[in-house]
Amino acid sequence: MTTITDATPPQVAESDAEPPRRRRILGAGKQMHAGPVTYLVLTLFAVISLAPLLWTTIAASRTNTRLAQTPPPFWFGGNLFKNLETAWNQAGMGTAMWNTILVAATITVGTVLFSTLAGFAFAKLKFRFSSTLLLMTIGTMMIPPQLAVVPLYLWMTDLGWANHLQTVILPTLVSAFGTFFMRQYLVQALPTELIEAARVDGASSLRVVWHVVFPAARPAMAVLGLLTFVMAWNDFLWPIIALNGENPTVQVALNQLGTGYIPDDSVIMAGALLGTLPLLIAFLLFGKQIVGGIMQGAVKG
Amino acid sequence: MTSSDEALAQSATSADTAPGSQEPGAARGAQGRGTAPTGAGTWRSRLYRWDMKASPYAFISPFFIIFGAFSLVPLLYTAWYSLHHVQLSNLDGQTWAGLDNYTNLFQSDFFWNALKNTFTIGVISTVPQLIAAIWLAHMLNYRLRGSTVWRVVMLTPYATSVAAATLVFVLLFSPDTGMINWALDLIGIDPVNWRESDWGSQAAVSSIVIWRWTGYNALIYLAAMQAIPADLYESAALDGANRWQQFRHVTIPMLRPTILFTVVVSTIGATQLFGEPLLFGGVSGTKGGSEHQYQTLGLYMYDQGWIVGNLGKASAIAWSMFLILLIVAAINLLITRRLRKTQ
Repeated sequence: MTTITDATPPQVAESDAEPPRRRRILGAGKQMHAGPVTYLVLTLFAVISLAPLLWTTIAASRTNTRLAQTPPPFWFGGNLFKNLETAWNQAGMGTAMWNTILVAATITVGTVLFSTLAGFAFAKLKFRFSSTLLLMTIGTMMIPPQLAVVPLYLWMTDLGWANHLQTVILPTLVSAFGTFFMRQYLVQALPTELIEAARVDGASSLRVVWHVVFPAARPAMAVLGLLTFVMAWNDFLWPIIALNGENPTVQVALNQLGTGYIPDDSVIMAGALLGTLPLLIAFLLFGKQIVGGIMQGAVKG
Repeated sequence: MTSSDEALAQSATSADTAPGSQEPGAARGAQGRGTAPTGAGTWRSRLYRWDMKASPYAFISPFFIIFGAFSLVPLLYTAWYSLHHVQLSNLDGQTWAGLDNYTNLFQSDFFWNALKNTFTIGVISTVPQLIAAIWLAHMLNYRLRGSTVWRVVMLTPYATSVAAATLVFVLLFSPDTGMINWALDLIGIDPVNWRESDWGSQAAVSSIVIWRWTGYNALIYLAAMQAIPADLYESAALDGANRWQQFRHVTIPMLRPTILFTVVVSTIGATQLFGEPLLFGGVSGTKGGSEHQYQTLGLYMYDQGWIVGNLGKASAIAWSMFLILLIVAAINLLITRRLRKTQ
């Protein structure tokens, strides 16, 4: 994206006889002000985006019998904390949340660290087969996770790791997308002269990584970390197979809730609320960065 | 103000932060100058040269080791297991099966049913989702008040847990007491049985996918739209093209690679659809409803492997899914070539 914003002014200057007039048309052509209809439709989309979450909270604050009546409740009742407590203790959402936080945090740290290292090597270091290896990395994004699940299950069972959290953490600790994302970022954001200067001073590779690469990569590391956390939190297929319900993550626990472990809809909604709350909080705090990260990754990827 | 705001949201990373973060790095680089071993001995310089050569491989090795061990090797083992009888109840008693699992699979009605469901749910979730996403992106591309807030709001569903979202939709789509049938009743439409009917249940499952991913795709389109050079719109405007014609003849053609990208990504996602139908089905989740109405290939694999307990067959399903993905990718490629030629 930077290249485009950087490239536009010289283009205009080069081919243009009357810069001021052209700039006016440019403004009118591309960045038109939104009309009331646009705001109306956007509001509709926003309502659709937020309504299910709002209604989850409403449903979680009601009783099961009230949910079973028509019309459904449109405003909060007084049972929110009672239901949250039931979901937290009896339905095991508390344990599940701690498990998921542990799993997602470890995966995030690993993915960000390994992606930054590999991304830096692919972006700035010269070594044999680097372009082939980079192509391979990108190619692996096409492999669906289903293809690994049966052998992984068999091996983890053999190791006696079934129902242990490392079963979920280990296979997800690296990411092809993350590696590519960091590479694309570092190609631009990390000046090669900076590395060379450090090299001339006799800095070892680890020193370069610590003092030059990590500071330069920090913004992208934050974005990748947030995206990874969301992905790890929402991972479904492998945790459901690997954890078998005894030591669940949030997704596994919610699946159990949904299959009638506790047949109380308002408690299920309280569980759903708990299961998505940490993500929503992270999103409220860092939404802007996540949005920027997705748009950044999209253009370059 | 608005335009700088725009730029900030647009590139949360490179443009603004790169120059800023250069400074501490440069400062530290200069600091290191004093401590560097200037009169290094031979073993030291040898060590240094070795470091230069080996470190790139050291940096990329975690990815390749972990990915290889937990994705690539298993991929081959899955092929191996798909040629064996492997039962969940007797993991050590594996016997050679040849192509039994595959012939068994291709003779099973449930496999073809799951394949058909995966296809229909894939189409009715992907097509409306991407069309809505382009429309949404087009609107977000206008000069808006609070443009970042709109984007964050549209992306909220993406940050909602799959399971949580699905459980809410289960209640909303409840045939007797759900809000959707209640709303349909208000405008005089007969209630739909969102659990039992074929198209009703598939539409309900698709709506969860559409809800979660439209905003995400809209952001990808928005990024691509902002990368379209303004000159194109300008010359279109000089030629007398109105807003719609500009959208139709400038935006859409320039967006074509991005559209293809999202189609491929969504296709991959649709082929692997698992969590939404599983939870939507409740107790009959792995079967995809009482009559397998919305059993996808992903569900079918899980059901055969971990409920029925036939891991050999589950492996065969996994490899069939992979082959189907490759075929879909090839068709995609063919269509793109055709499109490029006709252009």
